[in-house]
Amino acid sequence: MSAFARTRSVAGAVAWRGIHNAFTNPAFLLPSMLFPLFFFVAFAGGLSGLQNAPDFDYPAGYTSFQFGFVCIQAAAFGGVFTGFAIAADFEFGFARRLMLAAPNRGGIVIGYMLSAMARAAVVIAVVFAAGMASGMQLDGSAGDLLGLLALALAVSAVSTLLAAGIAMRLRSMQAAPVMQMPVFILLFLAPVYVPLNLIAGWVHDVARLNPFTAFLEASRGFVAGEPDKIAISVACLAGLFAVTALWARSGLRSAERAG
Amino acid sequence: MTALASANLPSQVGLLAGRAITHIVRAPAQVVFPIVFPLVLLAVNTSGLDAATKVPGFPTASYLDFALAVPFMQGALFAALNGGQDLARDIEGGFIDRLALTPMSGAALLAGQLGGALFMGVVGAVIYLLVGLILGVGIAAGVAGALVLLLLAISISFAFACFGMFIALRLGDGQAVQGFFPLFFVLLFLSSAFYPRDLIEQDWFRTIATYNPVSYLVEGIRSLVITGWDAGALLPAFGIAAAATVLFLTLSSRALRTRLTRT
Repeated sequence: MSAFARTRSVAGAVAWRGIHNAFTNPAFLLPSMLFPLFFFVAFAGGLSGLQNAPDFDYPAGYTSFQFGFVCIQAAAFGGVFTGFAIAADFEFGFARRLMLAAPNRGGIVIGYMLSAMARAAVVIAVVFAAGMASGMQLDGSAGDLLGLLALALAVSAVSTLLAAGIAMRLRSMQAAPVMQMPVFILLFLAPVYVPLNLIAGWVHDVARLNPFTAFLEASRGFVAGEPDKIAISVACLAGLFAVTALWARSGLRSAERAG
Repeated sequence: MTALASANLPSQVGLLAGRAITHIVRAPAQVVFPIVFPLVLLAVNTSGLDAATKVPGFPTASYLDFALAVPFMQGALFAALNGGQDLARDIEGGFIDRLALTPMSGAALLAGQLGGALFMGVVGAVIYLLVGLILGVGIAAGVAGALVLLLLAISISFAFACFGMFIALRLGDGQAVQGFFPLFFVLLFLSSAFYPRDLIEQDWFRTIATYNPVSYLVEGIRSLVITGWDAGALLPAFGIAAAATVLFLTLSSRALRTRLTRT
């Protein structure tokens, strides 16, 4: 069996287990499904008056504006929730057995990443259905929607690698806040409620440099049928993927050393 | 435990409250996170939602003035959650069972437990108010209004602590108490905490916010900051806090009796 085939085999098995666990255990499924739906309902419902602010320029409406955010948020938190699952696997000893059995341990991380992406795709589909049922205006074409999905899946992959690196270093469910906080902070220091030009003060300065700003603007561009910030998003994702992949790889080494 | 058993009711309350406060002070995460996290969210939302003040009809020119009420609510939520978890840990660890073997009064246990949450409520409320004042928030109701604001915030914190205590006594499981935390957040987000109720465009959301008691608690605090003395906002806020306190204290008392009977 070639190295690629071994990696594929391990990744496939781990991904299948992750997907199976995520969709058959309500304790795993509900938080990852309910959080994005709740944010969508709360923000699109409660803050829609913000579209009346001068210079708020998003013709598709506030519900669509928030859909762009929730897609990225669901993808990022899908990765974080997968990090929780990795930490639990270490805490309960399953990961140790998995590492003994796997002929290629890199495949374990890839498998977790694939399961997070599958999870994100399903959550986004549910939020999309909820948005359409509530009358969300969707100006993007099928191609734009595919672009949005690809962007979300890439964000999910990066956040999974970040969370996996933390989970494999700390190997305890107590690491949950450490996985959650960076993603939460990055998300909320981006233009969540209004476009970047309407954000005031220091958050505006931070948001200009935050890669999640590019992801949100690209996401909203796809929803509005006016793709925007694609090149910068791809560049940021490529950079983040390289850094987080190294981070996850060194986390795996740390777990291997710990036995 | 011997000192506790031989003491009279006020001494028992004092000892248990002292123990609860010592627990909080010895765990910095229990103090720092509930105080810092709401302030971080306040800072982020004040910038992120500043554009809301340009919407016609928005009640103030500063979103910071409008949003200052939110940390008081979040701080109260965290204090209730931590207090509930501490009590659940005492139940899980058998401390309450051992207390039940002493002549300790049930009322002392409830009051002592609430002492810890009240301590966090007071510390948090004073810090949020000071931070607000340092950042330039003006209290429209003046110095007396600031004192009433503190009183209302502490009343709300106390009411939430009673709820946390009831859940802990009823379920006796720290994870179950933790599981109620998202419910608190749902109530906060589905209220008028981030946007004025009369400017909410979606009818269904405005209806939920109108029936959500958290809206009135937030609006009570907010009225002192941006309106001045407004009995129409203050009376419902104090009324809801008092009603919730009575309700959850009664339920806690019953849950404690059931738990001690089982023991």
